[in-house]
Amino acid sequence: MTTTHGPLAVWAVVLVVGALTFAIRYSFIYLLGRVSGVPPRLERALRYVPAAVLAALVAPSFVDPGPTVAATFLDGRLLAGVVAAGVAWTTENMFATLVAGMLTLWTVGFVL
Amino acid sequence: MPTVPDGFFDGVRATLPLLLGLIPFGLVAGVAAVDAGLSPAQAVGLSVVVFAGASQLATVDLLAQDASLAVVVLTAVVINLRMSMYSASIAPYFEALRRRWSAAYAFLLTDMSYALAIGEFTDGDADTDATTAPNGGSTAENGTPRDRWYYFGAAAFMWLVWQLATIVGVVLGASIPESWGVSFAVPLVFLALLVPELSGRPRIVAALVGGSVAVAGAGWPLNLGLLGGALAGVVAGVVVEGRVAA
Repeated sequence: MTTTHGPLAVWAVVLVVGALTFAIRYSFIYLLGRVSGVPPRLERALRYVPAAVLAALVAPSFVDPGPTVAATFLDGRLLAGVVAAGVAWTTENMFATLVAGMLTLWTVGFVL
Repeated sequence: MPTVPDGFFDGVRATLPLLLGLIPFGLVAGVAAVDAGLSPAQAVGLSVVVFAGASQLATVDLLAQDASLAVVVLTAVVINLRMSMYSASIAPYFEALRRRWSAAYAFLLTDMSYALAIGEFTDGDADTDATTAPNGGSTAENGTPRDRWYYFGAAAFMWLVWQLATIVGVVLGASIPESWGVSFAVPLVFLALLVPELSGRPRIVAALVGGSVAVAGAGWPLNLGLLGGALAGVVAGVVVEGRVAA
């Protein structure tokens, strides 16, 4: 899939995301001395942001509920995701995870 | 010959083992951006300006799906919110910097540069351990010049490698047939970032809830499944943490 947003819209996204990301990075470095740290409640919530966001981001790429349970689970992308997750868990190596996932996807696509 | 400040090259050297993760990630960022229909200049521009892999991939992924621009920006910002914690944690070490430098240092702040630097700053310096806590700012000692050059060497070098990897990805991306399914590498990168996060029950629950809601809401308009999933996951994590502590 390719975007149908025009070049100006894409550049605007690049600049706005860049500016807001910089604001996040600079926030406490800039504010130091004016506040004494992240409010504890916010800090608690921020702790779960990576896990929640990343899971919400990846899950639909691997799990595509089909008409039957078998169709849902016998999907190359889900199998590739499971293998890649196993490799990520044991090696914590991004390159190995990528290779394992892609090889599984290609193998399943060839067999099924 | 001008002398390089003490610590700079130690920082550069410390990044070398991380390049095995950084380079493929940067390649994917370049390939994915071109696959999503961005021009080479836009693809490289994204890496230069944003310099945060996960949010870059989410941005191009959502652009490819023709999500509304507000959703694209909001998602990227939500993904990068975690960096406010790094900012709070590392701020005491940058206190002596001039404003212009502290802005540059902040711009280079990433998961990897933060993890490397905070590990180095607190290593063999037991009495400053409290500074690793996000709330330790008021009691923290200022970092030494060597600490700051170490950070700058590591972070600036990773920025450079990220740009080069993106450029190679952009060049390769145009010549890779779509049937190879290379865009599948994007969720795989997220997965590789997600898995090490899954330590402790609250985080696992946050991920399970976030992922389930996102799958259930995959057909919702405006990518609300993603934002709803992220929000539900964070709430679930906080709730479970409260239960575990109680």
